[in-house]
Amino acid sequence: MVEAIRFREDDVHEEPAVSLDAFLDQSNATAVRIEAGEDARRLLPMLDRLALIEVDFPAFGDGRGYSAAQILRESGYVGELRASGDVLVDQIAYMRRCGFDSFAPDAPIDPKVMEKSLSLYDDVYQGTTDNRAPIWKLRHG
Amino acid sequence: MKILTGNDLKTGDVTWWTGSDWSRHVEDAVDVGDNFEALLHEEEAARRVNVPYAIAAEMTDDGPRPAHIKDRVRALGPTVRPDLTLKPADPEAGNWVI
Amino acid sequence: MYQYDKYDQQMVDTRVAEFRDQVERRIAGELTEDQFKPLRLMNGLYLQLHAYMLRVAVPYGTLSGKQMKMLGHIARKYDRDYGHFTTRQNIQYNWIKLEDAPDILADLASVEMHAIQTSGNCIRNISSDQYAGAAADEIADPRPWAEILRQWSSFHPEFSYLPRKFKFAVIASDEDRAAMRLHDIGIQLVHKDGELGAKFFVGGGMGRTPMIAPEIRDFVPANELISYTEACLRVYNRYGRRDNKYKARIKILVHELGKEEYTRQVEEEFAHMKTLGIDPPVEELARITEFFVDPAFEAGASDNLDLSDPDFKLWVEQNTVAHKKNGYTIATISLKPRGGIPGDASSAQIDLMADLAEQYSFDELRVTHSQNIVLPHVKKSDLYALWQKLDEAGLAPANLDLITDSIACPGLDYCSLANARSIPLAQKISERFADLGRQRELGELKLKISGCINACGHHHAGHIGILGVDRKGTENYQLLLGGSAAEDTSLAKITGPGFSEDGVIDAIETVTNVYLEERKDDERFIDTYRRVGMERFKEAIYG
Repeated sequence: MVEAIRFREDDVHEEPAVSLDAFLDQSNATAVRIEAGEDARRLLPMLDRLALIEVDFPAFGDGRGYSAAQILRESGYVGELRASGDVLVDQIAYMRRCGFDSFAPDAPIDPKVMEKSLSLYDDVYQGTTDNRAPIWKLRHG
Repeated sequence: MKILTGNDLKTGDVTWWTGSDWSRHVEDAVDVGDNFEALLHEEEAARRVNVPYAIAAEMTDDGPRPAHIKDRVRALGPTVRPDLTLKPADPEAGNWVI
Repeated sequence: MYQYDKYDQQMVDTRVAEFRDQVERRIAGELTEDQFKPLRLMNGLYLQLHAYMLRVAVPYGTLSGKQMKMLGHIARKYDRDYGHFTTRQNIQYNWIKLEDAPDILADLASVEMHAIQTSGNCIRNISSDQYAGAAADEIADPRPWAEILRQWSSFHPEFSYLPRKFKFAVIASDEDRAAMRLHDIGIQLVHKDGELGAKFFVGGGMGRTPMIAPEIRDFVPANELISYTEACLRVYNRYGRRDNKYKARIKILVHELGKEEYTRQVEEEFAHMKTLGIDPPVEELARITEFFVDPAFEAGASDNLDLSDPDFKLWVEQNTVAHKKNGYTIATISLKPRGGIPGDASSAQIDLMADLAEQYSFDELRVTHSQNIVLPHVKKSDLYALWQKLDEAGLAPANLDLITDSIACPGLDYCSLANARSIPLAQKISERFADLGRQRELGELKLKISGCINACGHHHAGHIGILGVDRKGTENYQLLLGGSAAEDTSLAKITGPGFSEDGVIDAIETVTNVYLEERKDDERFIDTYRRVGMERFKEAIYG
């Protein structure tokens, strides 16, 4: 595992992330990790207890985590939302748009390539939880 | 026999392992026996070939002939456009495929 | 047709720059092929049997003369002087170099075209009715809705790593000319209480396990189209199977959950999606619709046609259909000449079709899912001149919907997925049935040929379908009967053991003979088959 990449100003959350089942059992955990096939909605009643949610990408082609992230942000989660696992630099821009603000990739990511990819598109076609105004909004106000 | 094939990374041309480099002509392909995994990895890592793999072939008077028709189409070109194949002037080329 | 504004142009230009950079990194070795593959697929670039293959998007099958000319230019400059029109209304080039791909995309972007998401596990080209905007039977032009979906689906961050590819079709008539029920999502525009909306069918598809999409919702209004579609996709992204590539399409999910449960999950997600403010205002659909208003049709154009030239008469009867406007007609250019390669066009033919569109069809062409080209708005008084020019160029076979107007996938001649060659079969059948009188006697007979089980040739939906298989290293062909991609959607059934190439052509001839023997009144082949049943044909074929 390499150094995590964060787009947050607050301190790194120290507590380790527990599994979803463990979290739902325990009353005091503040960090949880969801596997690709687990249902992020099970966390919705307890979002205010969480400072960190980690979503795993077992293979970069497994896109379930993008929906998990959106669901969590749509429901008002403002804590750290981390993508971990097979996260490659060319997926980070879409992951950011879906609400991820930190990344724990298995393999190192070139920061220059990442910077470039994040600033490449001025506009977006669709509304997501990143709250960027989609092009249709720019057209019609 | 087993021969190695892949594509040229930049041009996409079908290529065949000659024993020392990658040729566009299946006639130049050599029998790599059974121990070719390391060679495949090395050549791909050096980007001298893209997505290489081994196929079965038999040696004939005209050189190696891939065992499967798909590989023969790949070696020569589309049977329905002889003008686009590697042997546009050869009327027998299609028979070699089929 | 739709014109890009500065935002649309910037998106495609930026994508070109992004991909150019990704190609450079691949060539330099900073990306492995495994890492690069989904990126190049999302720009329509395959590594195929002979070389890289590029699939260029033709959104809902509509393009201008200028765009068509660019397709000809690409064929000439970067490929081997021809292109192949596909069963999803796109065009493919078979001999592309990776190092040229960014320049090709830049050329395409200069005429408002792209290859975005024409491959990969993402939302693909949105197809539509090739007669849209010209047909008398449509309740509205479906293409503005297709354009809204095209923009919404482009670079969608949540749905770019789906379990598998995802295909939409949008139509607006009861007659289905776009195989709508055989798509992952099929939409038919309908009216409800005077309002225009979308009826959704979800879970259709061909491939290994063909399925006809069930109706999931009878009406979605324009201002909820996006949130409803998002709900359908999100359920699929979360729950579609990822364990088996051949069970990963949404049709499997809908089938395994059952239509009711899938619908329930979508409705639940939709109730949530509706609250998020992701639906464009109706002004956006109105803005796009403005681009699809009628061209400046000439009032009082004559409906008369001089049919004294017998070849012209045959072509008019077979290849033209009624236009919604008096004095106009919809003309189909068949890309199925005798013994030819279905769907292929040389760069010279592409240029000619572009010129003819500019001159005779208000600068508009369509690509059909049967691999032909349509000129949608031809004045009848121009039709003879148009036909003469087409005929001179070998573009006037009078065989629309006849047996030689077959669909054929590229097959083993071009495709690394194939098990058998499909094009030579199409060519031989075309020769066997070359006599136009015989073809017309047989009437509407949709023959569809696939070189493997992935069914890109739509064999499941053929009145007669052929599936090429590999039988112990030899090409073998299965014969199927009774499919239909129209509104009477049905899946073809296999007749029995497979045949050699010559054997299956003989079997087809036997089948057509049975039809002629059994036919009542004006039954089409498919009608006779449905009335008489498979056994009658089977007995004749296998004895």
